Order: sequence, then C-alpha cells, then structure tokens
Amino acid sequence: MSRIGKIARRSFLIGSVAIVGGVAFGAYKINQPAPNPLKPLTGQTALNPFILIDAEGVTLIAPRAEMGQGVHTTWAALIAEELDVALEDVRVLHGPAGKAYYNSAMMGEALPGKGYDTSAFQHSLGEAMGSIGKLVDLQLTGGSSSMKDGFVRMRETGAAARETLKQAAANRLGISRDQLKTENGSVIAPDGSSLTYSELAEDAAGITPPDVTLRDPSQWRYLGKSTPRIDVVGKSTGTAQFGIDTRLPGMKFAALRANPRLGGGMKGFDASAAETMPGVEKVVDLGNAVAVVANNTWLAQQALDMVEIDWEDAPYPPETDQLFDAIARSFDEKPNSSMRDDGDAETLPEGATELTVEYRVPYLAHATMEPMNATALHDGITLDVWCGNQDPIFQQKKCAELAGVEQENVRIHTTLMGGGFGRRAELDFASYATLLATQMKGTPVQLTWSREEDMRHDFYRPGAIGRFRGAIKDGRAVLLDGQIAAQSVMGQSLKRYAGISPMGPDKVHVEGAFNQPYGIPNYRIRGYLTDLAVPVGSWRSVGNSHNAFFHETFIDELAHAAGRDPLVFRIELMQGVHAPSVGCLEAVREMSGWTGKTPDGVGRGVAFTYSFGTPVAEVIEVVDEDGTIRIRKAWIACDVGTALDPSIIEAQMESGLIYGLSAACFGEITFAGGEVEQFNFPDYDALRLHNTPEIETRILETNRYLGGVGEPGTPPSMPALGNALFDLTGKRARTLPLSKEFDLLA
Amino acid sequence: MSTSLKINGKTHDVDLPEDVPLLWVLRDEIGLTGTKYGCGVAACGACTVHIGDTAVRSCQVALGDVWDDVTTIEGLGTPETMAVIQSAWVEHQVAQCGYCQSGQIMQAAALLAENDSPTDEDIDLAMQGNLCRCGTYPRIRAAIHAASAKMKEV
Ligand code: FES
Ligand code: FES
Repeated sequence: MSRIGKIARRSFLIGSVAIVGGVAFGAYKINQPAPNPLKPLTGQTALNPFILIDAEGVTLIAPRAEMGQGVHTTWAALIAEELDVALEDVRVLHGPAGKAYYNSAMMGEALPGKGYDTSAFQHSLGEAMGSIGKLVDLQLTGGSSSMKDGFVRMRETGAAARETLKQAAANRLGISRDQLKTENGSVIAPDGSSLTYSELAEDAAGITPPDVTLRDPSQWRYLGKSTPRIDVVGKSTGTAQFGIDTRLPGMKFAALRANPRLGGGMKGFDASAAETMPGVEKVVDLGNAVAVVANNTWLAQQALDMVEIDWEDAPYPPETDQLFDAIARSFDEKPNSSMRDDGDAETLPEGATELTVEYRVPYLAHATMEPMNATALHDGITLDVWCGNQDPIFQQKKCAELAGVEQENVRIHTTLMGGGFGRRAELDFASYATLLATQMKGTPVQLTWSREEDMRHDFYRPGAIGRFRGAIKDGRAVLLDGQIAAQSVMGQSLKRYAGISPMGPDKVHVEGAFNQPYGIPNYRIRGYLTDLAVPVGSWRSVGNSHNAFFHETFIDELAHAAGRDPLVFRIELMQGVHAPSVGCLEAVREMSGWTGKTPDGVGRGVAFTYSFGTPVAEVIEVVDEDGTIRIRKAWIACDVGTALDPSIIEAQMESGLIYGLSAACFGEITFAGGEVEQFNFPDYDALRLHNTPEIETRILETNRYLGGVGEPGTPPSMPALGNALFDLTGKRARTLPLSKEFDLLA
Repeated sequence: MSTSLKINGKTHDVDLPEDVPLLWVLRDEIGLTGTKYGCGVAACGACTVHIGDTAVRSCQVALGDVWDDVTTIEGLGTPETMAVIQSAWVEHQVAQCGYCQSGQIMQAAALLAENDSPTDEDIDLAMQGNLCRCGTYPRIRAAIHAASAKMKEV
C-alpha cells in the first residue's frame, strides 16, 4: 500500500506549517489556509500539503490527475527546481482529497474576457477569482490549467520548504541561514559538512516559512528542458497501476448494466438464469442498474447478459434526427449569450459580398482506453474508493452521500488513469461502485464497465449546429456573424458535480468562436442553449471542439470566396490584434513551405484556434492514393509563453491533433429508440498508427502568459483537415465525421 | 477441473471454466495486471501477449485453447532489467496515459523477433490492430526503429 494510503488510514496529525504558495487575494475565507490533508505517521513530516519528508527521502504530492498529459513530471519539476532535490530521487503521488489542492487557474478562466487581450490587471483579477476554486472545492484536473495553476505556487512551495529546512539547520549549527546552501536533498554548511532534509524535517515543521524570492529562469535546471517522465518506466513494463489494476485481499469482480436509454429508470429484472451461472456470487439491484458479482470479471459479464431487464424510456426524444431538430429550434429562442458584438453585425456593409452557411457536428464519446471502473470497500463506518478521477473532492462528497457515511470517512484513492479527456471528472463510476459496496459491507468489490457499457453510457460531447453569416470586401472579411446552438455542458456538469445551476451567459458554449483574435470590424457571436436531457460533458477542449470547426471552416470559406490564400487571409486579419497568434501562423507557413498552391492529388488546409491561453496553428496535407485519401503530414505551431517541458508539450500537441482528427474522420454517436447505436471500437474507431500523419511541432515562447497544452492541439485539427479536403477535392466539408463524405484511409 | 498454464516461465494451475479468455485468467486469477482490457472483441490490442512466439489477443483465446507457453509484459522485462524494446520505449518517452502500451510493446516485440529491420510499411501492417487513444503513434514508430537498430548492434 502506498505511503499516502497508510497516512490516510491514521488520524494522527502532526503540527504542520502554514500553507505556502496559496493565493492571497480576496475575502477572508479565501485567505485562511485550508487544513493540511496529509496526516503523517510518526517519523514523517508534512512540510506543507505538497511535500512530505521522512527517513526515506522526499515525496511530492501532485494533486493533479495523471491521465497521460505528464502533469506529475512537470509538477514535480516545479517543486524540485526550488527545493534542490534530484528529480530521480523524489517520489510523486496523487494526493488525497483536500481543499488545499484547489485549482486556482480554472476559476480564473471563468472570467468573461477573451483571454488573448488580457491586460495585466485582468490577469491578476483572474488569479484572484482563482481563489474561489477553494470555496467550491474545485480540486479538478481540467481546462488545461495544471501548469498555469502550479507554475508560481509550486515553485514558491519548494522555495519556502528549502528556506525552512535551511533555517532548521541554521538553528542547529548556530549560524545564520544565508551562510547555508542546499544541494541534492541536503543543507550544506560553510565547512562543507551537510545535513540531509530527512534529518532536518522534524525541526523544520515547527518553523514558519520565511519569505522567498523565486530563482531567475536562467538558473533553472529542470524547467525549460525535456525531463524523463517519472511514470514512463512503469508504463513500459506493465507495472504502472491503473484503477482497473487495483487488487485487494478477498476482492470480488463485478460487471454493470445501466439503462441504455440514458437517465431512464428500471422497472424490474429477472436474474434467475444468471444466478446459477459459473462463478456468480450474486446479482445486485443498484436502482437504475444491475450489477453481477462473481470471482472473475468475464464470468460476471457473461451472467449479466442472461439478466432480463425491463427498462423505462429515455427522458429525451429517442432518435438522432429529433435531437437535431430540437437543437435547430433553439435558434428561434432568445440567445443565451452575445459574448462578442463588435461594430454592426446586422447590416451588410456596402459593396460587400455575403455568404451564409450551416454546419453540423455529431455527439461524441470520450472512449478512454481504460474503460470506466472503480473499486470500493464499505466496512460499515468508512468507505474506501479506488479510481482514476479528475476531481477527488466532488467524488468524495458524492460517495459519502450515496453510502450514508460522513464525508471525512470517505477516502478517495486516486490512481493513474488510462485516459481522461474530461470523462473522469464525472462521478458515475465511483457512484455505482459505492452503491454496490454498500450492499456488500466488508467485501471489497471492483466494478468494471465493459467497453460497450462505457461507449453507451458516456457524457457526450454535445451535437451542435453553427449558422454563420459573413461578408467580404476588397479581399478582407468585413462581417462575421456566428450563431451556435447545442446543449450546455456547463449547465449539466456543474449541477452534477456540485449542485450548482449556473446562470447568465455560458462562455464555454461559445469558446473557440467568440474569443478568436481576428480584427473583423463587424463581428458577433451568439450562443443558444438547447434544453435536452441527453447526458453531455466536457470532451477534450469542450466548446472549442465544435466551435473551432465552425469558425475556422467559415474563415476558410470567406477566404476562398474572396479569392485569397487562406493562410495569408488569416494573418492579415490578425495583424495588430495578437502578435503570438500571427507568429504561429507564420511558423506553420515556414515549416510546411506553404505557397498556397498544391500539385494535383495533394491538398492542404490551415486552421487556427486560440484556446486555454495558447494560440495554435495547424497545417494538414492530404493525398489522393488511387481514390483513397491519406492524411500525410501535419505541422503544428503553438505559443505556450514558457515551455516548461518541451518533450511533454510536443507529445500533448501531437496527442491533441490525433484525438481531434480521429473524431473528425470517424467519430459519431447516434441514437435510435433512445439508445446509443455505437457499442465498441469497430463502430467508433479512431486513427491508428498506419493512418496517422507524420507530425512536426514547433513550440514558441513569445506569449505573455503561460498557456495550457493538454487541449489546444485538438480544436484546429478538425477544420484544418476539412479545409485540406476542400483543397484536394473542391468539396466543402460542413458536417462531421468526414468518412461519410470522403473516402478516407481507414 | 484445473488447467495448467506456463506463464513467464512459471506453471500455474487455474481453476476456472475452460471458456474464460486468457486475458481474464491473467488479470483476475493470476494477478498479472500488466495485460489490459480495452474492448474484448479483438479491436484494440491492449490485451496482446505472446503464446509461443506469436502475438495474440488474449481476450480471444479461451483458457482451454492456450497451445503453448505464455509471455506477458511482465515476462518481457522488469523495471530493473528492461528488454531492448522497453528501453527504446523509455528513451523515446512513448507513454502518455500508458494504458495501451503493454499491448503495443508486446506487438512490436513479436514484429522485431520476426523481422529485425522493419520498414515503415512493415510497422504499419503489424501495428494497426493496436489502438492508442492518446495518439502516441509517432513515438511508437520511432521507438520500434530505434529498438531495431539497437538489436542489430549486439
Ligand atoms: S481487449 Fe483484446 S483486443 Fe481489445
Ligand atoms: S498511451 Fe494512452 S492509450 Fe496509448
């Protein structure tokens, strides 16, 4: 069992120092340090919620969820940089659920600004807003926010711990702190003798951390360079433990079937045939789902197929067409938002040529590689839940409520996760395992969803419709008037996570459209919310995932209508608005040798999206190979401000692009009779090695602030591909997935 | 009735019905969790192991049908003594979430055992059954080429 596991089991709390690195803005409650959630055993010292020191050395707590984006490595590097420990020598663990681990950057994103035009004033206001994350328990990994959140906080944490350890050594040696140095986990005295951090930890716990100044980036040893990922050996040897790998003494294996008409109830079921199947221990009623418990997951799955269940209908129109009719009807209602309204978008400028287009994109599943699962043990008083998740405090609250135990008696053990993409912020997998464990007190049980269950019970990226009207004059766009209709992701998910019903303009719904750095004089973006009960949730890049396709396809259409090179057309519109964005477009122009012309049989497209603080430009090249279209090459340029770990950023950009292209080519969730029609990868496929393009990435560092990297690679990939297909075939892609209209290499 | 299996050089007697797929014997019975469940229908490759020298989808091979010794990712190498291909994976920093990587590595190891100098086309052909939702493909390709070069050195 991990040390944190042991720590969490004991209630002994050592007197710990105040939290350092917290944000000090706003109301009194925000300024109050949150309680240190680490409960060290004797001989262990928690210097603050992020650093734990004992005889074995230093353990760093990275309370952001590792779902593949490398957050543990970079988070550890931020602390190690100031703490003076060798990265190879520290251990990194997911933390327990704790208020001290709130995400300050995510709430900052909730401000109404466009992002790229953020003044220094708004930026600090954004940070102040960030403290509200603490009040609403936003210990959440998402919004590409981890590095923005940790960049200053974690370095301050490391520096404060270092100075505190030095103070402890100074007290012991009877000399002043500034005569001491630190190196490799030790404090070094002027005479060359040294004291290890482990030796000093207990003394240090009683010392108030001194004020610190952060080191100049020119002195960085880890940051700014590619660091070997701390999880890479485990993940190359089958020894990394995911949620699904949790193994406990006496543990049972269970399979789940919930109503495929999502959100509908269960009238009843007949389990008599299943109960006598090999390996089966029992069949459990979970309210609107059935679980079979057995001594093997597969045997549980087989028995589940024999349970006859009578389901209620879905609480939404049962066919895909009806859902899209409902989405289209929302344009007749009042808009929820007009987040951008520059100039006069009503009137067609004199002498301009008008263009009006409609786009549609489907519902999408996350399809994380590791299907949803959770393991739970309810001993009558306390509940332990093991699962990969993006928001342990929300999980803890929900599980406590379902199990009927106090929140402090619920321990969420966050494991590595086989992909998140937004899916693992949801509470359903831990909820079902909790409900099951509550009916099997004293027995640990692992509830694993089949791929089919996972695919058909997602919180989908909403289907969306974009209606765009624009005008060109003298080779420039003079009007862009976009309307976007879809279900609201925030409306549903905040309600599910925290019981909050958000009001007012939904920014996420229109992000990727309203906040793009184009200087178009008459520019309006309006959002329309569709009220449907289809479960929807955050899908890598959220609103950007559909809006970038609408907006960037439309910009391309305007460029072609004006007879202009679509890359130059974009640069001209951005000139003087946001230099880093122009820089990204210039970079892909140079990298790809863009001339605006392509030989027969080759097509190229460009697209650009500013999202999560990072501008990204992408060029995609497609080739016709005897009638089959192959995506041959992709070029990416992003400006992240400061590149903390270039190798991880490159991997995230590639990953984001491939995730987006997979959806653009093949991704579509449809409904019939209220049920999702896709079951498994054969009917919801993605790019594979043979049809993934060769990718070149360039990382720029001119942006004023640190940008996110986990999501921004995704939005521009879809329109860039559609624009390339237009260049190749002359046919404009206005709906996704593209494999319906184009003969793509599958 | 129990079935005897040799896995990573060790014999195991398994007391499960003969139609249980090898994948679930490894994971739930023997505790070798390095082999992953992704789809159960031969569509993702996360469950790839070797039976004899052949890379197979362990979700498709029933316990009663296992015809030869089994090697899983745990048997290929350990964190302390990694196989050449695993070192190449580390060197190229392939893994993101890492969930698909056991299967990717077992598939690539079988390819290299058969063909020590695979071309890009050979790699395309051998690896297209292995899905990676994180999109680590560019680095997978690079790591296979690197492992191939390394194996020829020795
Ligand atoms: S789990 Fe066997 S191929 Fe997917
Ligand atoms: S590394 Fe995440 S699925 Fe391949």
